[in-house]
Amino acid sequence: MIGIPLSHILIFSLLLFAIGVYGALVRRNIIGILISIELMLNAANINLIAFSKYTSLSPATGQIFAIFVIAIAATAAAVGLAIVLALYRVRKTVYTDEVNLLKW
Amino acid sequence: MNAIESLKYFVPELILLGGAFVALTLDFFLRQKKLVGEFALLVIVLALCLAKAPTQPLPLFFGMFELDAFAHFFRYLALGAVGITILISLGYSPLQKRYTGEFYSLFLFMAFALITVAAANNLLMIFLSIEFVSLLSYLLVGFLKEDPKSKEAAIKYLLFGSVCSGIMLYGMSLLYGATGSLELPVIGNALLGAPFKPLATAAILFFFTGLGFKISMAPFHMWAPDVYEGAPTPVTAFLTVAPKALGFAVLTRVLDMIFWNFQSVWTPVLVILSILTMTIGNITAVSQSNIKRFLAYSSIAQAGYILMGLAAFSHLGRDAVLIYLFAYLMTNLGAFTVVLFVAGETQSDSLDAYAGLSKRSPMAAAMLTIFLLSLAGLPPLAGFIGKYYVFAAAIQGKFIMLTIFAAINSVIAAYYYFRIIRLMYLTPATGPAFAAPSKALTVALWTLFLSVLALGIFPSFFITRILG
Repeated sequence: MIGIPLSHILIFSLLLFAIGVYGALVRRNIIGILISIELMLNAANINLIAFSKYTSLSPATGQIFAIFVIAIAATAAAVGLAIVLALYRVRKTVYTDEVNLLKW
Repeated sequence: MNAIESLKYFVPELILLGGAFVALTLDFFLRQKKLVGEFALLVIVLALCLAKAPTQPLPLFFGMFELDAFAHFFRYLALGAVGITILISLGYSPLQKRYTGEFYSLFLFMAFALITVAAANNLLMIFLSIEFVSLLSYLLVGFLKEDPKSKEAAIKYLLFGSVCSGIMLYGMSLLYGATGSLELPVIGNALLGAPFKPLATAAILFFFTGLGFKISMAPFHMWAPDVYEGAPTPVTAFLTVAPKALGFAVLTRVLDMIFWNFQSVWTPVLVILSILTMTIGNITAVSQSNIKRFLAYSSIAQAGYILMGLAAFSHLGRDAVLIYLFAYLMTNLGAFTVVLFVAGETQSDSLDAYAGLSKRSPMAAAMLTIFLLSLAGLPPLAGFIGKYYVFAAAIQGKFIMLTIFAAINSVIAAYYYFRIIRLMYLTPATGPAFAAPSKALTVALWTLFLSVLALGIFPSFFITRILG
């Protein structure tokens, strides 16, 4: 990592985060949205690792946080896919615009 | 304080965790799933009895948790909400199938998660505990396996919640980068330097997104009506009060510990969002025809009033938030208990089912009237005490515009609460009289009814205890 300035890494993570937010807002497929959310979490992970390397008072905390985030992302994916599967069983669709029973 | 020393202050939480696992195991052996529910209730009562108020703030587990009077209050709040919810779930018929054992066990985990939310004093712990609560809520919302509405509510909740917590996490990573620490007090002190103002502003907005979702603050309230309508009724009752209350707890702690120096940045934002939240909630509630959706919009509006107390970030404002949350918890759980009873008798959540309720079940009608009047903030009921405090806090902080908007909103709210009361008393009944509610429902109804009355009539008794 020596040689790459911190700002480059931050711009990269910001781009990744922006792609994630964009994907979460415009994708129709629920699986696609879940993957976009993973991108957002990983953008935060890159930030945490980069900061722990360059600026932190206690580098270990950032790295531990990142590991916890990876674990949480896995849990969220497990719960999320289970719910998507259950939805597919009753509605036969994974597209957000076809999930429209509840509205005002 | 290290981990071993901390354990003795953590007994109620350990009991909850142990109880949750035992309940999961009991589910295998018991055919009578109600027994699992009764066991879960026992665990909650045991935890309530063993929860001791700390004499001074205790930094548990190397400062990961801060057990102070504030966290202790939310401990009671969480245990109370979970206990009542389990009680009313025992009388909820769609649940009486194969999977109910897990349901009670999930609620015990939920009680544990909620307590850790209130006590978290570290960005990592805040993120983990909020995710813990969120994941459990997604599962509980989608619990009715065959019900497409329940599934749809779960998926909406999941997507909305994950995006919001992803955004909050990004804000946390920036805060960590700027200050080099995850501990709230350290971050707060590090942010005092002048060059951090833009960064703090960004972090505040990221936090408002993540926590605004939890407390259904506009413009992050979109999920609330759908989720509250689709979820099983006991879960709806629970979601409108407990995660919301704990969202306010974290928000208060974060603003208090990290961003106290940036009050000039977030006060105007909170004032505007508070006005927006209560107005959207109240105006949309007027035209609803489904009682759960109606109460969902009313609960969004209530979040707006509570935000008033937070916007006026004085000592009085913080007290107002606690008192309002306590009153709101009792009242809203009560209203949903009546909804659950009526839905059990008529198989319908539509407002038409309430026509002539005073003839079909005088007790349910009278109690719902009291709960709705309390939500509207009429004396001498619990809701009045809460409203009185938030208005006092806003006026003391010289937020005149905010107070005027809140007053106008209270009038709109009174209109639609009275619409339901009129429906129950002045419209002719459309069906036969109801059977008496089950024992569990009766106990829950009377407990909530009496506490709403008691808090309204003897406020000083409760307020001195709430504020320690």
